[in-house]
Amino acid sequence: MVAGSRPTSCRNYRCWIERLNHITESKTLKFALEKTTEDMEQQIIRETFHLVSKRDENVCNFLEGGLLIGGSDNKLIYRHYATLYFVFCVDSSESELGILDLIQVFVETLDKCFENVCELDLIFHVDKVHNILAEMVMGGMVLETNMNEIITQVDAQNKMEKSEAGIAGAPARAVSAVKNMNLPEIPRNINIGDISIKVPNLPSFK
Amino acid sequence: MALKIVKGSIDRMFDKNLQDLVRGIRNHKEDEAKYISTCIDEIKQELKQDNIAVKANAVCKLTYLQMLGYDVSWAAFNIVEVMSSSKFTYKRIGYLAASQCFHEGTDVIMLTTNQIRKDLSSPNQYDTGVALTGLSCFVTPDLARDLANDIMTLMSHTKPFIRKKAVLIMYKVFLKYPESLRPAFPRLKEKLEDPDPGVQSAAVNVICELARRNPKNYLSLAPLFFKLMTSSTNNWVLIKIIKLFGALTPLEPRLGKKLIEPLTNLIHRFLSSVIAVLISLSSGMPNHSASIQVSTPSYLGLLAMSKILKTHPKSVQSHKDLILQCLDDKDESIRLRALDLLYGMVSKKNLMEIVKKLMVHVDKAEGTTYRDELLTKIIDICSQSNYQYITNFEWYISILVELTRLEGTRHGHLIASQMLDVAIRVKAIRGFAVLQMATLLDNAHMLTGNTQRNGICEVLYAAAWICGEFSDHLEDPLQTLEAMLRPKVATLPGHIQAVYIQNAAKLFATVLRAQEGVPDSQKAQETSQLLIDRLPLFVQSANLEVQERASCVLQLVKYIQKLQQKEVAVAEEVSALFAGELNPVAPKAQKKVPIPEGLDLDAWINEPPSESESEDEKPRAVFSQEEPRHTRPRHTEVDEKELARRREARKQEQANNPFYIKASPSSQKVYPEVPGVEHIPVVQIDLSVPLKVPGMPMSDQYLKMEEERRQKEKEEKKKKEKKKKKEKRGRGRKHESGPESEEDITPAHTVDIVTEEMPENALPSDDDDKDPNDPHKALDIDLDKPLADSEKLPVRTHRPTDILKSPVEGAELESVSQEPKKKSKKDKKEKKKDKERKCELNLYLKPPDYGFMHLYIPTASGTTLSPLQSFAHSDKITKHLCFCLLQKFSKHKKKKQKKEKEDKKKKKRHHRHHSDEGGDESVQNGTVEEEEPLPFLSMLLYLRALLSVQVYDIQGNLQDGSQVVVSVIFENKSTSFLKSMEFNVLDSLNSKLQRPDGAGPHDGLSVPFQLPPGVSNEARFVFSVQSIVMPQKLKGTLTFIVKSEESSTHEKLDFKLHFTCTSYLITTPCYSDAYAKLLESGDLKSSSVRLEGVSMSFHHLLARICFHHHFSVVERIDSCASLYSRSIQGHHVCLLVKTADQTVSIDAKCDEPSLLGNVLDEIKQTFSMC
Repeated sequence: MVAGSRPTSCRNYRCWIERLNHITESKTLKFALEKTTEDMEQQIIRETFHLVSKRDENVCNFLEGGLLIGGSDNKLIYRHYATLYFVFCVDSSESELGILDLIQVFVETLDKCFENVCELDLIFHVDKVHNILAEMVMGGMVLETNMNEIITQVDAQNKMEKSEAGIAGAPARAVSAVKNMNLPEIPRNINIGDISIKVPNLPSFK
Repeated sequence: MALKIVKGSIDRMFDKNLQDLVRGIRNHKEDEAKYISTCIDEIKQELKQDNIAVKANAVCKLTYLQMLGYDVSWAAFNIVEVMSSSKFTYKRIGYLAASQCFHEGTDVIMLTTNQIRKDLSSPNQYDTGVALTGLSCFVTPDLARDLANDIMTLMSHTKPFIRKKAVLIMYKVFLKYPESLRPAFPRLKEKLEDPDPGVQSAAVNVICELARRNPKNYLSLAPLFFKLMTSSTNNWVLIKIIKLFGALTPLEPRLGKKLIEPLTNLIHRFLSSVIAVLISLSSGMPNHSASIQVSTPSYLGLLAMSKILKTHPKSVQSHKDLILQCLDDKDESIRLRALDLLYGMVSKKNLMEIVKKLMVHVDKAEGTTYRDELLTKIIDICSQSNYQYITNFEWYISILVELTRLEGTRHGHLIASQMLDVAIRVKAIRGFAVLQMATLLDNAHMLTGNTQRNGICEVLYAAAWICGEFSDHLEDPLQTLEAMLRPKVATLPGHIQAVYIQNAAKLFATVLRAQEGVPDSQKAQETSQLLIDRLPLFVQSANLEVQERASCVLQLVKYIQKLQQKEVAVAEEVSALFAGELNPVAPKAQKKVPIPEGLDLDAWINEPPSESESEDEKPRAVFSQEEPRHTRPRHTEVDEKELARRREARKQEQANNPFYIKASPSSQKVYPEVPGVEHIPVVQIDLSVPLKVPGMPMSDQYLKMEEERRQKEKEEKKKKEKKKKKEKRGRGRKHESGPESEEDITPAHTVDIVTEEMPENALPSDDDDKDPNDPHKALDIDLDKPLADSEKLPVRTHRPTDILKSPVEGAELESVSQEPKKKSKKDKKEKKKDKERKCELNLYLKPPDYGFMHLYIPTASGTTLSPLQSFAHSDKITKHLCFCLLQKFSKHKKKKQKKEKEDKKKKKRHHRHHSDEGGDESVQNGTVEEEEPLPFLSMLLYLRALLSVQVYDIQGNLQDGSQVVVSVIFENKSTSFLKSMEFNVLDSLNSKLQRPDGAGPHDGLSVPFQLPPGVSNEARFVFSVQSIVMPQKLKGTLTFIVKSEESSTHEKLDFKLHFTCTSYLITTPCYSDAYAKLLESGDLKSSSVRLEGVSMSFHHLLARICFHHHFSVVERIDSCASLYSRSIQGHHVCLLVKTADQTVSIDAKCDEPSLLGNVLDEIKQTFSMC
């Protein structure tokens, strides 16, 4: 179970997966199932960010979270891509290396879906990121680890969305295109360059 | 039409969409809060519009704001609206928002049930998928119960996409609704062999999660998993299966052997892939290696070691040095892992060494968090399993004292509690501890000098208490007393000052006692004067506790001073104030005190005046340690020989050791019962040691001493063994050589660790450690039992139907459902009730949940509020939920019952011509509450809140030994007219519904009336029964037509009839002489049953048996009574009921043993439910 637990009681499993960047600006955050207050969620993010960001480059990818994420059964597993941290909180039923691989799959999937993903893609399209994540992790449990399968399903759903929008969607798309064009700080130029999410093609874990 | 749509979307294209919102927030870095509040206002406007696209856009933005930490629960209803849109685009937005912000307390979740059900059965697989994903995040017990069946169906959907999601979500459903586990399990098992790998992995995932908590129930799946493990190529599945086997092998050792081969194969496969990863890391791609850090392997290595440690501690211990090295690693995760490992590695032999190394690290460590972690680990390591590894407590005390020198630690209280614990439980160490503590008190300024270090001043709390309580061991109590009353003490936290004062009084008593015998001593009076001088400072304290204690002690001392001036001997009386010994109390002791008979903890002593006044604050827990004063001294038994031996060793050690001086003889007098006290060394105070708290002993000294001691002991042992060897050649060989083993190390002290006290006759309970709130506990269900009919999942019906329908399951639930109020009270007392019943009760205890719906709908359906119109409900929410139903029933029943009684009497007049009325009456009176349910009301069924069918009586017919009359109440709770009701039962071999002549064996009986809305009526059906010795269940259906203004629909309702053996009994009075004759006749077989823990009065108990099981009392003498009943086929049933404190024994005789057995079972069941 990819899960974190509510700080107050370690029995309720939720999944939260988050990405934090250096300015803590964008976070795709998934707290599954049990209710935490918004404040508590924010505190968890802040502290997690604090913990993760101050770690050295060459230390290991695991962090024992302690009380904040629900006790000793749970740990943080993270990977660092350029300016982004992908942090998963898991309990002892998950294999550590397996989750590292899952993060890899997630990032590669994002890369495929956004065509060369960069930080701003994730910031501006949180909903899409969530939809992709929903095909991988459901209610705190790993659902699918096969990247092709995930992409097929995500594409099929996007296609459906497009066909529904049809004629009514056209003007809105045009306007949003215009809006984007007006902006001097159009996101694409701030690509993080080739270190970005060009992930090493590690032999996949699958 | 199309134009209109285009126009609508042109209107809204200037609304902000999510990207605009994000951009806006980024552009308003300085006044983000203000910007967002305007955005929220805009969103509120958008939500008011009718256009679903606008709403969806607004909800999408809200989801983002929720992630930023804003509370958006106010929009919950709008989210539901968006969820119910027919377009996938909006539905997805709605479900995403719901999964982010709904939780168990969100009340609109109630409204989503039907929407979700509709989506689950949608022809579009993505609608279903989105609904499943959303549901997985906010499933509640209610949703789980209502939708379990739908999800079960989806598990065999044609599309693997749906199947895998349905399988995975079942885990969440099980957690919320444990009853669904058994019915769903066979299908889940099937999915393990699904052709689609995704579905298969989901099924493995779910079962592994389940098995992790309750492995024993899943042992039977081992062969299946074994097959999967050898055949599967999916690494995810393999990892899960291996984890599962990890949980199973401890339970089934044979598994281990079998696993070795496939596991080694796997390891080879994995190793090669790991090596491949490593190679790819090292060759080329230097830029990318950052994402998997190099030290990851060492982390995993440590992790693996900690697992091996649990089973093979020896093999890990050889790597001790390596692990200690890891403590120097700069990665904190690795250091913490290494610490964890050390915890498991310590033994008597290496404890001191390891702790010494850790102490070095404590000094070196940077950052308080890590240092605190080290500190807690040191204490954990030392105190683990009841100080098992500590051989020298003097060393441990000195370690604790050294730890107090840590700067800025937060764990002062931890050290303090350790000091207290050791001083109280290890009697032999008290003298030493007291001296240490006195030094600590004397140097209190070192600890309190810096206000930031106030975490550590908790230690003074322990120090003061130890010095006070065991003041007899003090060398110079007067000096300590003086130290405790310094003006500086007033700057300490209140609870510590309070302890200071209390213990100053104890010291005062000691001083007085010491001075009593001494002639012409002014010391006693000086001491009183000292107290009188110093205490006023504390009387003025702001802390109430301090103030109170100080003024109390002050008055006492003043009084004593007067007595002293008159030269009265007071010492004895003063010390009597503090007499008695403290014993440690086990943490769970309070819980284990059995509740005395007749004490109702839930009853009010005084009715509570009002809500607002009950907010008393809890008293501070700090003082609790002082309060439990037991006067029972505990004598510890130490083997005399052992003692002598240790004494000898100790004397030698002392002689060699410059740090020891002889203990003062006075201490021997005071604690004569403590063995070995005279040998407790006193440490020489060496004030010249720089940079150390003066007088603090160094733990290193002890380390050395200990080594010396062990060496010596070893030598001695060798000598002895040599002697032994001469005597017995064969046996000595084993011990002779090799490194010293654990057992060889004898503790330096008489370590009689006082065990914690438990109350007398403590209740044995095994489940202490289990957390009652653990959701997995409920899932501890035997899955191999065949599925009973009663366990079927509730079928798709309306909410209130389900609520009330579940009680049908299983006979034991019946009276619960009908006796909600009474039960709920009793249930509080009995915690070990099975989970199933608790669920049922909760339904009744929480009517507000359902009340919500009741209230919500009338307002929502009003003309001003549009939401409900767009909120597509598949069926109309039934507006009449009939909560008062139960109450109504009980009243109704009362009437009916009486009427029925009369009917019966008429019918069976010739059978009951004698004093029958009287007897019947008395039974009736005996039943204190008439509302008490009849246990044989076997069913309570509701269909879509339309119709209730209640069997309220199953009564044997005396006129014909093979007939049973079943009375059924039909109540129409809907607003529609019900007609053409047909009642049908599937006949069994034994019981048949009596149908009119000419009707076929499968035809139903038409109910001879129709039901207008809100009306109830009763019908009777006659069954012919052949054998009455066994209870029986019959299945039946009721078909009827619901006629409303527009339409009429045909409905069907399934139910079950439960014929208990009791229902074949008929209350028949019997005279005592006839009864005696019957018993003497010897035709009857006997049987007996014992009921434990029945707390009701005997009178009540008899009434209950009579009432529920149709007996009549023949004779009653004190707590013993004989009862009689007769079956419709003329079997005599005699009971002898005896009761003795909470245990009821029932001896029974009957001429039909199996009937008797069943009746007794039913009686047992009746009482097991209360």
